[in-house]
Amino acid sequence: MIESSQVMGLMKVVYVIYLLIVFSLMGMYAMKITKTGSEFQKANIFFYGWVGLLVCTGVGVHILTFNKIPWVKWDINRAAINAEREFNITIADYKFKLPEERLLIKKGDMVRFDIASEDHTYGFGVFREDGSMVFQMQVVPGSRNDIVWKFESPGAYSIRSTEYSGPKGSALLVKNVVFVATEKEFARLDKELRQKQDIYKRR
Amino acid sequence: MLQVSGLNQLQRLALRFAVISLLFYGLTILEGMIMRAHQINFNMLDADHYFAMMGAHPMVGIFGSSFMLVFGAFYFLVPNLMNKEIYSQRLAELTWILMTAGVGLVWLSGFVFRYAALYTNYWPLPVSGEFSPMALGTFAVGNIIIMTGVFVFCYNIFATIFHRQGEQKPMAPMLASAFGIDGFINIYRRVMRKGVEKEPIMPLPIVAIFRGTVDTVLDALVLGGISVVFLFHAFYSFMGTSLSAGWFDALLYKNIYWWGLDLIADGLVLIYVAGTWYLLATIISGKKLFMQNIARAALLVELIVSWNVWGHHLLSDQSQPMWMKILSGEMVTAFELITMGIAVFVTLMTLWQARPLPMTPALKFLLGGVLGFSLGVPAGIIQADLGMNRILHNTQWVIGAHAHMQLLVGLGMTLYAAVYALFPMLTNDVKLKSNALTNFHFWAHLIGGIGMSAVMGFAGMDGMLRRTVYPGDTTFQSEMIAAAFFGSLIVAAYLAMMYNIISSIGVKGLVEVFVKLPEKMKQRESTAL
Ligand code: HEM
Repeated sequence: MIESSQVMGLMKVVYVIYLLIVFSLMGMYAMKITKTGSEFQKANIFFYGWVGLLVCTGVGVHILTFNKIPWVKWDINRAAINAEREFNITIADYKFKLPEERLLIKKGDMVRFDIASEDHTYGFGVFREDGSMVFQMQVVPGSRNDIVWKFESPGAYSIRSTEYSGPKGSALLVKNVVFVATEKEFARLDKELRQKQDIYKRR
Repeated sequence: MLQVSGLNQLQRLALRFAVISLLFYGLTILEGMIMRAHQINFNMLDADHYFAMMGAHPMVGIFGSSFMLVFGAFYFLVPNLMNKEIYSQRLAELTWILMTAGVGLVWLSGFVFRYAALYTNYWPLPVSGEFSPMALGTFAVGNIIIMTGVFVFCYNIFATIFHRQGEQKPMAPMLASAFGIDGFINIYRRVMRKGVEKEPIMPLPIVAIFRGTVDTVLDALVLGGISVVFLFHAFYSFMGTSLSAGWFDALLYKNIYWWGLDLIADGLVLIYVAGTWYLLATIISGKKLFMQNIARAALLVELIVSWNVWGHHLLSDQSQPMWMKILSGEMVTAFELITMGIAVFVTLMTLWQARPLPMTPALKFLLGGVLGFSLGVPAGIIQADLGMNRILHNTQWVIGAHAHMQLLVGLGMTLYAAVYALFPMLTNDVKLKSNALTNFHFWAHLIGGIGMSAVMGFAGMDGMLRRTVYPGDTTFQSEMIAAAFFGSLIVAAYLAMMYNIISSIGVKGLVEVFVKLPEKMKQRESTAL
């Protein structure tokens, strides 16, 4: 399954190529426009070809991502998706209220994050250890804000508000709180987590 | 040196707008550079100061600088293009006074009172008690004054375009032409081979100006209306009763607010820019616009498009209906690529037909503007996709590769092209002192603008959020240092341009555009010179 980090990697390459193409075309145009040259014969045909290219690009991007990026379909069908794990998180007064001290996820499981805001418009994003983004969504008060996701790479992830909610909003960050474990690891860690929770409850 | 006494009222008016715009632009980039420095070392400013600056920066940049320059240029061009008097010189003067006062107040609301709900003002942040009633009230009053200035401008422009000065021209064909409908009719006639194509009544730049102005009115209605709501809340909090924010649904608010706000970005900016390109292309080439019927028709299509694209700002809002995301956010938005692409093609082809052309400052900057939009619009189309928005929304990509690329390089260079083209017309042929400085302005702004925007884009692809501070975290520091380097080029470009203009016009001339200096002072200054 393609991951968001791979999509970004590809996008960087495409962006650099695009920049180079546009610079070269504009450079050539700027040089040639100062020189004499023959009349442009098939300008009309060129024009319709250009518009055709724009239409194909505009529509093609969405068709491509619909078919190649898995989270588009997850998002469209998320009401009907049965997630293996569900986390209900609340944000209020610039703080995350998490259901567990560590959000433990088994690699490859479909998880649902359901986030409610009690005051401002916030965001909810999950980030890798190198700072890159796995995904984000908006968290609007008075609306349901849920997203489903499948994590394919084990490791620790941080959560952070991705929408400006006032000068205090940048502090809305919990480092390494999401932990994606392989199947083997998961059973052990889950047990540990439950035991810890029992101890807390008993206390 | 500029002889102010030889200027007519319209020239003087346009120069007033231009001077204020360039000063506000200086303030915008100064704030931009301070924020940039803060992004390298997060200990420079308190969070509330930093975000207050981030709130003021785009308001000063967009309304104080870009709108101001556009309004000044259009006040000068519309009467000249239509061979008419301006409808009201007084209203035109009132426009810059209102805009300056409004922008000044908005800036003060951040600088003095630390209002920092940013230009998106997401509900209920502005009215939630995070900011003092004075802060909210000053921002609201400032914004209302700006929007009043915008209305005054629009009224005056509409009146100039349509008032008939005693002639009995019927209104309906004028209105149809101003909307670009005659472009469609001509295309229909050509395709169906029915009837003869007619020369449209309105010059093409006027169609673009009128079209853009329709969106300007609508956006001012929304932003002004929301500011009245803020003022109401501020008043009640000031009196000691704080009103509940629960009466307004946050998602509905976001839809309404973005509908209005997006009319600036995807409506009037793109349309005004297209109009300016067409005008400059015809002035520079001395030829008729290539495929002008298509260009007219595209302006009408852009009207429908600009009213229906706001959904691309809500692609990450999970309660937003999916059909709206797909229809407005993805599909209609894709049309912007087409309408902008048509404007690029028509402009470049019009110039191409007139080869060989001398590479004048106006042509150079015009090509720079086309380049900026050619880079910034596709970046927007990429993020206006359900899949890509999930990993790009609110990152530095959006504000860098898309927004600053369009604002600094696309819009900025287009406006400079207009400044260089109109400069001799506005100053009765004052020559700019230095070609070298004009060239430096061009290259430093181009490299600085593209470099900074692209580096921000890369930071965004690496996960750096916009509107977020990372104290003690150096993950994105190298990208921010590179962005600061390119930002300094933009500042150097600005200083070079200002020096060139001021030394050509003279400080006395600049001041006299606004106030008449006493004879004694004038004499003293000329002997000093
Ligand atoms: C040297 C020139 C400039 C520099 C260095 C600069 C820098 C910045 C920085 C650092 C931010 C904050 C980005 C973030 O972390 O979210 C920003 C935001 C912004 N800037 Fe600029 N900027 C410049 C020119 C301009 C101009 C001329 C305009 C408008 C005409 C403009 C419009 C904006 C807008 C709309 C935002 C978004 C603010 C928000 O997210 O609320 N900038 N700029």
